[in-house]
Amino acid sequence: MSRLVAFAAIQGGYNVVSKVEGEYQQALETFEAGTKVGFPNTAYYLPVIYSLTGIKIETLEDMQKPLDFAKKLLPPHIKGKNHLPYLGSLLDAGMATLFAFELQEALKILKNPDVYLPSAEEIDEDSGKVWMGPADDVIMRKRGVEFVDGSAPGFAAIVGAAPDAETAKALVEDYQRKNLYIFLAANQNGTTVAEQLLEADVQIGWNTRIVPFGREISSAIFALGFANRAAMAFGGIEPGDYKRILKYNKDRIFAFVNALGDVNAEWAGAAAGCVNWGFPTIADTDIPEILPTGVCTYEHVVANVPHNEMSQRSIEIRGLKVQVTEIDIPCAFGPAYEGERIRKADLHSQMGGGKTQCTELVKMADMNDIEDGKVEIVGPNIGDIKEGDTLPLGIYVQIAGREFQDDFEPILERQIHHLVNYIQGVMHIGQRDISWVRVGKPAVEKGFTLKDIGVVLHAKMHQDFGKILDKVQVTLYTKQKDVDELTKRARAEYKQRDERVENMRDEDVETYYSCTLCQSFAPNHVCTVSPERTGLCGAYNWMDCKASFEINPTGPNQPIEKGECLDKDLGQWKGVNEFIYNASKGGIDHYNFYSIVFDPMTTCGCCECVAAVLPSCNGVMTVNRDYQGETPCGMTFTTLAGTIGGGASTPGFVGHSKFNITQRKFIRGDGPKDKEEGGLLRMVWMPKMLKEEIKDRVDSRAKELGIPDFLDRVADETVGTTEAEVMEFLKKKKHPALDMDPIMGS
Amino acid sequence: MAEDKKVEKKKAAVTKLDKAKKAYDPKEATICEATRQMLEKSQRDGVETAYDRAFDMKACPIGADSACCKHCSMGPCRLNAKDPYGKVGVCGATIDTFQARNFARMVAAGAAAHTDHGMSMLDVFREVVKGEIKDYKIKDPVKLESVAQSIGIETEDRTVGEIAMDLYEELERTYTQVEGEIPFMKRVPEKTLETWRKLGIVPRGSMREIMEMMHRTHMGVDQHYENIARQFSRTALSDGWGGSMVATEISDILFGTPTPVQADVNMGCLKEDMVNIIVHGHEPNLFETMLVSVNDPALVESAKEAGAKGINLCGMCCSGAEMLSRHGIPHAGNFMSTEPILITGAVDAMAVDVQCIKQGLASVAKCYGSYLFTTNPRCHIEGAEHIEFVEHDPKACTDEVVVKAIARFKNRTAKVEIPNIKNAGIHGFSHEYIEYMLGGTFRASYWPLNDNIINGRIRGIAGVVGCTNPRVKHDWVHVEMVKELIKNDVLVLQTGCSQISLAKAGLLTPDAAYMAGDGLAEVCETVGMPPVLGLGSCVDNSRILIAASAVVKAGGLGESIADLPAAGAAPEWMSEKAISIGQYFVASGVYTIFGVTFPVTDQTKFKNLLFQGMEDQGLGKWDFAVDPYEMAHKMIAHIDKKRSALGIDKARERVLMSMDDRRTLE
Repeated sequence: MSRLVAFAAIQGGYNVVSKVEGEYQQALETFEAGTKVGFPNTAYYLPVIYSLTGIKIETLEDMQKPLDFAKKLLPPHIKGKNHLPYLGSLLDAGMATLFAFELQEALKILKNPDVYLPSAEEIDEDSGKVWMGPADDVIMRKRGVEFVDGSAPGFAAIVGAAPDAETAKALVEDYQRKNLYIFLAANQNGTTVAEQLLEADVQIGWNTRIVPFGREISSAIFALGFANRAAMAFGGIEPGDYKRILKYNKDRIFAFVNALGDVNAEWAGAAAGCVNWGFPTIADTDIPEILPTGVCTYEHVVANVPHNEMSQRSIEIRGLKVQVTEIDIPCAFGPAYEGERIRKADLHSQMGGGKTQCTELVKMADMNDIEDGKVEIVGPNIGDIKEGDTLPLGIYVQIAGREFQDDFEPILERQIHHLVNYIQGVMHIGQRDISWVRVGKPAVEKGFTLKDIGVVLHAKMHQDFGKILDKVQVTLYTKQKDVDELTKRARAEYKQRDERVENMRDEDVETYYSCTLCQSFAPNHVCTVSPERTGLCGAYNWMDCKASFEINPTGPNQPIEKGECLDKDLGQWKGVNEFIYNASKGGIDHYNFYSIVFDPMTTCGCCECVAAVLPSCNGVMTVNRDYQGETPCGMTFTTLAGTIGGGASTPGFVGHSKFNITQRKFIRGDGPKDKEEGGLLRMVWMPKMLKEEIKDRVDSRAKELGIPDFLDRVADETVGTTEAEVMEFLKKKKHPALDMDPIMGS
Repeated sequence: MAEDKKVEKKKAAVTKLDKAKKAYDPKEATICEATRQMLEKSQRDGVETAYDRAFDMKACPIGADSACCKHCSMGPCRLNAKDPYGKVGVCGATIDTFQARNFARMVAAGAAAHTDHGMSMLDVFREVVKGEIKDYKIKDPVKLESVAQSIGIETEDRTVGEIAMDLYEELERTYTQVEGEIPFMKRVPEKTLETWRKLGIVPRGSMREIMEMMHRTHMGVDQHYENIARQFSRTALSDGWGGSMVATEISDILFGTPTPVQADVNMGCLKEDMVNIIVHGHEPNLFETMLVSVNDPALVESAKEAGAKGINLCGMCCSGAEMLSRHGIPHAGNFMSTEPILITGAVDAMAVDVQCIKQGLASVAKCYGSYLFTTNPRCHIEGAEHIEFVEHDPKACTDEVVVKAIARFKNRTAKVEIPNIKNAGIHGFSHEYIEYMLGGTFRASYWPLNDNIINGRIRGIAGVVGCTNPRVKHDWVHVEMVKELIKNDVLVLQTGCSQISLAKAGLLTPDAAYMAGDGLAEVCETVGMPPVLGLGSCVDNSRILIAASAVVKAGGLGESIADLPAAGAAPEWMSEKAISIGQYFVASGVYTIFGVTFPVTDQTKFKNLLFQGMEDQGLGKWDFAVDPYEMAHKMIAHIDKKRSALGIDKARERVLMSMDDRRTLE
């Protein structure tokens, strides 16, 4: 009976809007009308209202307009007999409810600025701070990328509470196995799923993909704010273009609501609102259902679903296909556990991390020399040591396959980090010869041994790279002598590989690769990846693209014959131009690989850094997405990315990866005339954290360019965030950019 | 019922009323209780109505077969419908030429009626925009903008006046243009338009098409039925996508786009203790101004002084249906109730404008001392008083009607008997509201409708429209056919007199969903809508065309209107306008079935062209049946045929999307 749902949702809409109106009036009595309001560290204001109406709420008085709008959306109540159609009304009442919720949350933060943890990845259980609230843009972009690349196919917004902690845990773990994010909001008679999970000893926070937004139903708005920011940041949709924002959500963000416990009018209003996004509600109670399809892809409201079927039914109702990796190990496995920590108190044993040596190496082998699926432990295993002990560890993976090339070795080796991390209760940090594996007590209690690392690597490598390999054999060394030997051999390999990559030049290859991996989220954007211009998301270099193409010839990475070189300095090729012309459906007919000033490459919302020209400093600055502060170009990272990230080519701005800064071709077209590859010398400002992160590589490039102390001459936020402050610093430090031709000149 | 259900032979209905008795039986003549009651009273009172005349006068059998030609004085010639190719007319014209020319002239007359109505609306619009007419204004600027945008008029940063003037000039081309395509061709689904271009039937301008149609059907001009048919398709399209559509859109802009209202229909809307005024006809102007007059405090006061509780305004026929949709003004009955309602004695004045005004009204009105006022210069009736309605000073006419009605109330002599029957329903489903209804402010779209057609909850869409006709049991064919359709999960869109038939039967209420099949009922329940949607007057059939185009555009149901699982019907039709409407639906790609009778001779090439050949050309086609159940099932069979062509005749699979699937999305 949709009529009952409509009746309840419209009632709910009226309740919520009038309640919030009251709170707003009260706030106006307490605070000045011009008091700043909003969610912390975001360029998207109150994101649901901003994305759907274009209204920017910055001060308390700005809230009047959306509140009036919400009131106007409230439809007439439903008459008992001969009522008018109510589906449109129901959706409008839902939207009014959600607008009011967003205003209510902003008021809550105004009154109590510390109520949430918007910039934290984890909850602060010790000080009793469980509720995370509106994730700031840094978290949104970091996590959003997982939605983009498919490692998180969607999210389950769970409201209320399960009948008991065990049920809550089972449900949430079901979703974790399916790689979904789990957003938690609202309480059922004071009980919440978040608290039930804590009771059941489940780690919650962004790192385990279980995000407790708030205790009240109004906090469910943060899930929608996250989704709509993704639509703007990655989908490149303009705020106010509500039709496209909502369609983007329906088509690309696979989210749904699980209502646990009794559904009251306010919940009904919220659920009705979510239908506008194409997000259905699946409930465990006997509420009226809405089964005909259309606004959502399939059913709109489904009731009475048993908890053990809830995750499966939910993803089917949402129309989502999820691949669950079943691997024969005693622990749960999946990306949801990648961010899980092993705390000191839970630690059973560890390998590497400065205590012992821990090294990993992937090598190609002859088909006849290895046995597929063989996992051998040479030396003591977990069972042989005591709690608190350490072991040295060598993870040696041998791979054979008709399609396998030694170029693919580092790509597969890099998988070890996250694959081992996917094991629940096991943590992996670092790579190569500085790896560190921490094993938790719960994992050992479940029966985890080192062999399981081998089982995981074998199974997942077959699953993900089956096209290019036929056999995988894993040997785990835990004797000091063997590990030392492996380490010695590995270091020689690393050196050789690094040199090979280091020496790979754009000139040396005829084929570049396209990357449309993110088109599931950023449909307008096409990256082109060359050896000296890695993907702007930082995740894909040329070799990765090459391997990906071998694995999946019709996949997101396609070879591009670069063809005739049209401009050597700026980096423009005929074949690439033709490709992007077709791929952008005629929208873009050319761009340059090596310039920020002249028709730079297009940028999408996934970029790691955004560089911007600082005309009065005669140089460029760049900012990475982890840096929240102001920059000398007058915009924060998130504003920059939001402005240029729609798949457009914007002269003066370009998105790039961190690694690209120290690649030789980095904006070489804008560099000094007398140096072939001196684009880096235009760099006048970077956040301190970025400088520190890439210091070694910058130093070695700077040495090549003849200015070994170059990095010291680059300003950061401790110097200032205005061009004037930066300029003063540059002059003092004699920054080389000051002597170059005008950057925007001629 | 079993007898009724029996498939009747063609034209059986014409002689259906019992000849043996001296008078017809009102119970057999109508299923409308109020009308029946009044017909019984008419028999008691000795007053003659169309029901009597239809009973007394057999329809001309040669005319019914379209087998005669009176286009020149070498004739009139008549051919033998039993042996259609046995002989030809004096000039040598064949039975196919006879039929095609007769049919073409019906289309031309019907199209002329709609386009002249539309042009009058456009005249008013122009004068309003220029500020010459001050009693009306642009009430719906949102609609103004959207109509302007739909035909490529720039609206950004422009005033309402500027947009309106451009719109006027552009839409004038609908009538006066001599070459090219009429403006609303921009709204036609591309594939449908392509078919028309290929066949050479895209209308240039309605005046030109109607003129050419009349020329071609003159003696000794076009004598190939296929060529004549192309021109009558073009003429009909200039009505549906031209004159009628302009009438609808301009009326919405001037008087507001309808959104659903709950309103009453039937004769019980008359009030014994009030001054009752009925407006009957087709153009909304007269009615809109009448609404102003009946609310004029001075006139209300004067009514009270005359002993009335107030002034009660009701509509009938199509302008009634428009006012019902826009303002919830009660509707007293459809075409075949216009004489019977005068028999109540309660009607103090009936003001009429154009179309479907029976001359017989004058004598019935006289019997009961009711006023019958003609108001339009195009329509005078001998024996009726004429008060001309002039848009530049509209209240002069309507005030006078009210004053005279008050006078009649004061001096009522006839005994008043009002059938105490009123039926509530939900009316006023415009194209714009349907979009809103299916997705709210933010997700407005036809997609949920398409989706539920694709998944089979809704089997298809039927447009059931048109007149009522004393040659069949009044309202019965409409009601039974629509019930059968919804029972089989076909969503029904309605206009005109048919909508009133169903409203009287209670099918325009959300509760009527219980009569629908499970799938349709579920969708009705979800949306909160009745299984039968009333769209307004007969010119508002253009709303059905726009809705059909929107369904095509929403996707998943083919590329042209002809691909849709949809059908049209006019089960009790009588007017030439109905033939024009039918033809523009057929030309637009819709299977269209008529009841009562059909003006063709069996086993002729012309009939075959209408009933099959047009479909082969990529258009829709005509069909004919008298029995409502047979009609419904013929429509359903066509809908099923289209479903199977679209590949949606089997259960839909649930598609689960992977990341790769998402990447390939547009």
